[in-house]
Amino acid sequence: MSGKGGIIRELRQSKTLLLMIAPTILFFIVFSYIPMIGVYYAFTKFDFDGGLFGSQFVGMENFNFLLKTGVLWNLTKNTVLYNLAFILLGNIMQIICAVFLAQLSGKLFKKTAQSLMFLPYFLSWVLVGAFVYNLFSDLGVVNSVLKQIGLHSYDFYLHTAPWKFIIVFFSVWKGLGYGTVIYLAAIMAISDEYYEAAKIDGATIFQQIRNITLPLLKPTFILLILFSLGGIMKGQFDLFYQIIGSNGMLYDATDIIDTYVFRSLTVNFDIGMGTAAGLYQSFFGFALIMIVNFIIRKTNKDYSLF
Amino acid sequence: MSIQVKQLAKADAFKGSRIKQDKETIVFNIIGYTLLTFVSLICLIPFWLIVAGSFTDELEIISKGFQLFPNTVSFEAYKSVFSTPEQIYRAYAVTIGVTLAGSLLGIFLTSMAGYVLSRKDFAIRNGISFFIYFTTLFSGGLIPWYILMTKNLGLKDSYWALILPPLLSAWNIILMRSFMKSIPESIVESAKMDGAGDFKIYQRLILPLSTPGLATIGLFLALGYWNDWFNANMFITTDSKYPLQFLLYKILSSAAVLQTNNGAYLAANVVPPTETLKMAVAVVATGPIILLYPFVQRYFVKGLTVGAVKG
Repeated sequence: MSGKGGIIRELRQSKTLLLMIAPTILFFIVFSYIPMIGVYYAFTKFDFDGGLFGSQFVGMENFNFLLKTGVLWNLTKNTVLYNLAFILLGNIMQIICAVFLAQLSGKLFKKTAQSLMFLPYFLSWVLVGAFVYNLFSDLGVVNSVLKQIGLHSYDFYLHTAPWKFIIVFFSVWKGLGYGTVIYLAAIMAISDEYYEAAKIDGATIFQQIRNITLPLLKPTFILLILFSLGGIMKGQFDLFYQIIGSNGMLYDATDIIDTYVFRSLTVNFDIGMGTAAGLYQSFFGFALIMIVNFIIRKTNKDYSLF
Repeated sequence: MSIQVKQLAKADAFKGSRIKQDKETIVFNIIGYTLLTFVSLICLIPFWLIVAGSFTDELEIISKGFQLFPNTVSFEAYKSVFSTPEQIYRAYAVTIGVTLAGSLLGIFLTSMAGYVLSRKDFAIRNGISFFIYFTTLFSGGLIPWYILMTKNLGLKDSYWALILPPLLSAWNIILMRSFMKSIPESIVESAKMDGAGDFKIYQRLILPLSTPGLATIGLFLALGYWNDWFNANMFITTDSKYPLQFLLYKILSSAAVLQTNNGAYLAANVVPPTETLKMAVAVVATGPIILLYPFVQRYFVKGLTVGAVKG
């Protein structure tokens, strides 16, 4: 075919360009595509000496086990619910902060506030772990305060309830500055004319926000929510692991797929089961992105991912 | 609102609306300043707690726990950290080395890839773009990746295990590509006329024109490397190869004890700092970020908005 010959001739002419992108292609082959072959482990009873194809093939046994024991259901429920909370609360807080940052007039105040809100984004999750330790351990600040006002100290590591809020709090806290900047940029892109016209009509600042800012932020909001929904099966391993660690008491309420897979690998050495859970996560996540992208394409083609 | 007021407003629309607006604006400002001050404090308080904890006397912590405002001031924890500072210095050296090597190599490869993919005359650019993009949609998961890294590539306990995984990301390449697409094509065309090769065009023309993009990618990469503890947790087994954040993690989880001259404390019959030491190490490990981020933040904001607008 002449078309094919054309491409090869063209590639020959752009040898340098091919050479320049070769390391990148090699990188993704080695670190992303070759591991995809490894999902075969999910269908085996892993044997450390056997390697990939020396392990015994067991078909869907690992998946059946995960389903029957209810592990998969619990992990999925936790992963999805936590992510929904992160996404919704995170975006709402970011919008509120962006709206105020855009409208207030004190320049120095706004600069300082924005800088401080961005601080958590730059800190490592290990440091977040240090905060949690400082706040909630036996010697933590919360217990010190409880004792000072004459209440009994509270052993956080025996109860699951508070951790749900702690996890959501730190997730929102860490992403606040980042998201606020994106919403702030969207607000800044709104033409001043709308506000000028509204002011002449005597609209109050609250009316301006309700009838101009928020409706015009809606596309950004929906887009960001949709994109986040595509990643809803990916937990935040750092967040959960640094806050909860290897505290078995709390797993019921705080175990997500990522932490389960990590433990399969490092604690239980259950390679087949862990790979199976990971593969389930990849497939579910892939399907979600496809659905989300389909929805975006239907509504606004410009914003679709592909 | 009463009819009278409405009529008044109609009669003197401009003046009336201004008075009303002022009242509403005052309420808005009060809510805004209060809320943002509160949010800012929430973002700052955890860090204050760590610093305060690190300067508290160990005995106060043992008897009363960590405090919002400690009653004592003590430098023991820092004295202890720096009594035998080799471990901390070593971790600093590892982190700085890995961050520098990884970020520079990452910027180089990402910008080259972004440039090639931005060239409209590169025949298979769409195919390669999808090849790279697909890795964000589907992955083999943690375990096959881990087995590849350790069994097949033999990277267990190697610095390469810290440098390679974060080196290239599809997002960075896409960001770079859209940045370079905004450079006028005529520049490349005229350079070609003058007989410049593709690499020379990239090196002499494209790179200098993309410094803001390079800075953004570089900052993302550097921050990722500096704060990385996960890869060390997965692959590094020798104490002397611990990067900073992983050392901090180990000390916090009491899995590793900072080598200090605790013998001196035992002899002197004084409580050695342990709780306060954890906090002091946290401060020492985070210090540079806190000092640098106000300057870096501006670039981040710029880069973010560029990425957000251009998709």
